[in-house]
Amino acid sequence: MSRRAWRWLIPLSALPVLALLAYGFRVNPREIPSPLVGRPAPGFALTTFDGAPLTLEAQRGKVVVVNFWASWCYPACYEEAPVLERSWRAYRDRGVVVVGVDIQDKAEAAQKFIRDFGLSFPNAPDPTGKVSVDFGTYGVPETFFIDRRGRIRAKHVGALTDEVLRTHVEPLLGEPAG
Amino acid sequence: MIPELGYGAAIVALVLALWGAVTAALGARTGRPALLLSAQHAALAVFVLVTACFALLTYAFLTFDFSVRYVATNTNLGTPFYYRITGVWGALEGSIILWTWMLGLYTLIVILRHREGARELYPWVLTVMLGVLAFFLLVITVAAPPFARQAPVPADGRGLNPLLEDTGMITHPVALYLGFTGLTVPFAFAMAALITGRVGDAWITLTRRWTIIAWYFLSLGLLIGGWWSYHVLGWGGYWAWDPVENAAFMPWLTATAFLHSVMIQERRRMLKLWNISLVILTFSLTLFGTFLTRSGVIASVHAFTQGTIGAFFLSFLALVLLTALGLLAVRWDALHAQGELDSIVSRESAFLLNNVLFVAATFTVFFGTVFPLLSEAARGVKVSVGAPFFNQVNVPLFLALIFLMGVGPLIAWRRASFDNLRRNFLWPVLVGVAAAAFFFSLGVRSAIAVLVLALTVFVASTITVDFARASRARVRLGEPLLPAMGGLLRRHNRRYGGFGVHLGILIIAVGVTGSQAWSVQTETTLRRGEYAELAGYRVRFEDLTASEESNHFKVAGAFTVSNGRGLGVLRPAKKFYPQETSPIAYVDYRLGLREDIYLVLGDFARDGSQATVKFQVNRLVSWIWIGGLVLTAGAVLAILPEKKKAA
Repeated sequence: MSRRAWRWLIPLSALPVLALLAYGFRVNPREIPSPLVGRPAPGFALTTFDGAPLTLEAQRGKVVVVNFWASWCYPACYEEAPVLERSWRAYRDRGVVVVGVDIQDKAEAAQKFIRDFGLSFPNAPDPTGKVSVDFGTYGVPETFFIDRRGRIRAKHVGALTDEVLRTHVEPLLGEPAG
Repeated sequence: MIPELGYGAAIVALVLALWGAVTAALGARTGRPALLLSAQHAALAVFVLVTACFALLTYAFLTFDFSVRYVATNTNLGTPFYYRITGVWGALEGSIILWTWMLGLYTLIVILRHREGARELYPWVLTVMLGVLAFFLLVITVAAPPFARQAPVPADGRGLNPLLEDTGMITHPVALYLGFTGLTVPFAFAMAALITGRVGDAWITLTRRWTIIAWYFLSLGLLIGGWWSYHVLGWGGYWAWDPVENAAFMPWLTATAFLHSVMIQERRRMLKLWNISLVILTFSLTLFGTFLTRSGVIASVHAFTQGTIGAFFLSFLALVLLTALGLLAVRWDALHAQGELDSIVSRESAFLLNNVLFVAATFTVFFGTVFPLLSEAARGVKVSVGAPFFNQVNVPLFLALIFLMGVGPLIAWRRASFDNLRRNFLWPVLVGVAAAAFFFSLGVRSAIAVLVLALTVFVASTITVDFARASRARVRLGEPLLPAMGGLLRRHNRRYGGFGVHLGILIIAVGVTGSQAWSVQTETTLRRGEYAELAGYRVRFEDLTASEESNHFKVAGAFTVSNGRGLGVLRPAKKFYPQETSPIAYVDYRLGLREDIYLVLGDFARDGSQATVKFQVNRLVSWIWIGGLVLTAGAVLAILPEKKKAA
């Protein structure tokens, strides 16, 4: 290489730095691993806003998506509510249950939220906050994916997207219940 | 309707900015004045339209228009009037509008000031400024639209991040952004110099004041950020080497290096390549800072959001770096220096060393900031680099810089003779050594503290020696002392403004050293009527009161402070915001020249019978803020228009 050609190394030197920064998009700094992943999910017995009993035990054998939310959790919970409803409708016949747990909320506001988004999956308030403590939630929204044998297999922090939900649920559907 | 107007204005502004950038470039190539005029009109229209965007968004905030997503995210019915205005730039979308508005303002001032003077460079400067504006307008219209609507409309918004409900939030971002956007001007001139091939000294002379102004605002922004951190965050510190603090600090370091290295180019025609590189680096670092804050790539207290915006900034950063460095390679031959270094013992080499140290500091900060990414990319492990790394690497660099601060301004150009050294430095060195002995005898045992204090005294003595000698020279010519000193400041405002800034930095260095070396703290749980003692102060827990504020619930403790005599009552509190899962600390403090008393409320019994309190006595922290004032005075003096020497 001639002496003058060397100068083109100057702009090229920026490339590795740019590549490193681009790599940054592939990782999520907020992903905090949960110690509960791989362990049996803590059981709960709640009453839905419609007055029906809702327990985790009753869902054994199905893939359960437990979503912690609140009506004041704007905007993330507002973003993911349609996703949850859509997925529930798409997957319910294949053995998936979506369960919403509303935490630290006022009943009217929460019911308005459910009405506004036309949520049809079971939703229950967690009046004592016990369920969210048992699951070790940091904030809302957080979503736990529970397999057919009742073990927590994954946790997602922040608003769900169709794709995130699908990638967590599909593999669990293929597993046997036994 | 209002949001649609704002959105429309942004789109028209984007089109006009692109139009202006292109016509200014065509104007430069064809030399037709009509094209240039059209570009100027476009720039004016862009500014008016962005102002309209800003006003419309503010209006949406004031009227609680929750159908606008950004408004709903950053305000709620309880947000006080005042914070509904500062909330406009409290998060990503609005802060970009503020940024764009300032950039538009700078563009107008550039047009007003340089339209006549710099015939060759000016059109390209306009192209670059409008090009950068177009990028930010693209962000506003596509990546982070502040006027985006949503349905269903929530009954109430989420509310502003409670930590941002502070007066510092008006001034900190405004000062910081004035600094960041101001650095676009020297960059635009540097690019114009590269494009036209006129890489001589014209662009340096034209942008000198611009750089000082931008540098000053950046410094101010950093200091206000420190003050905000100190009195809002409640950990007793003002600087945490947080990635986003670093992101603002890096361009400050390179801009400081540039301010010094231009003096060598002006005087000795050296360092052309280096200066242009520093300007490119500085501007790129401001973009990198924005990228870091807004892309969610690195976790930080400041990090705003995630989404496509990171990709926008990264692409723009890549475009800027590759274009600028590519042009640099094209102009390689013209950029070769003419001057040569005559001697190691000279002002040139002191300044060169200063530059090397600043760039080394920038590199270590950059390395520490992106290290988590590097580690994850290479080994798949998340590791972050904490304050100890930054301190250990940077403290020696900063000590050396303080030493050079004393040497650089006084040592002779080209080659310093022994006589020059003796004349300028004998007394300051003796005074510095005496100061070291003095502080050691006072019981200061920390080596770094003794070194900083002695160096500070040394540098202050060099400034005194210089100023005294120059004043005496004028007095000998028959001027009375005070007018002689005043005239000196006015006539050599750049030199003495620089000295003023140096003094400010010295005072800040003493404050930082003192607070690191001598602050003490304790944490204790007190029943009502019990007291804690620390460093001669006594803090007694009186009671706990709860109150309902407009947008939060507040529990405040009352603590009587005394040191033999009563010093009043401090009321640190915890604020509970419905939208936050954990309470926000509200610090109470009593500032002093020597030390601050600083209380943070911890846990408490609901019946008010006991409370945990963190009790700190922070030493010399006020010196940092005082240093900021001195720095401001120095910077203002340096920015004043130069007075031509009267006959």
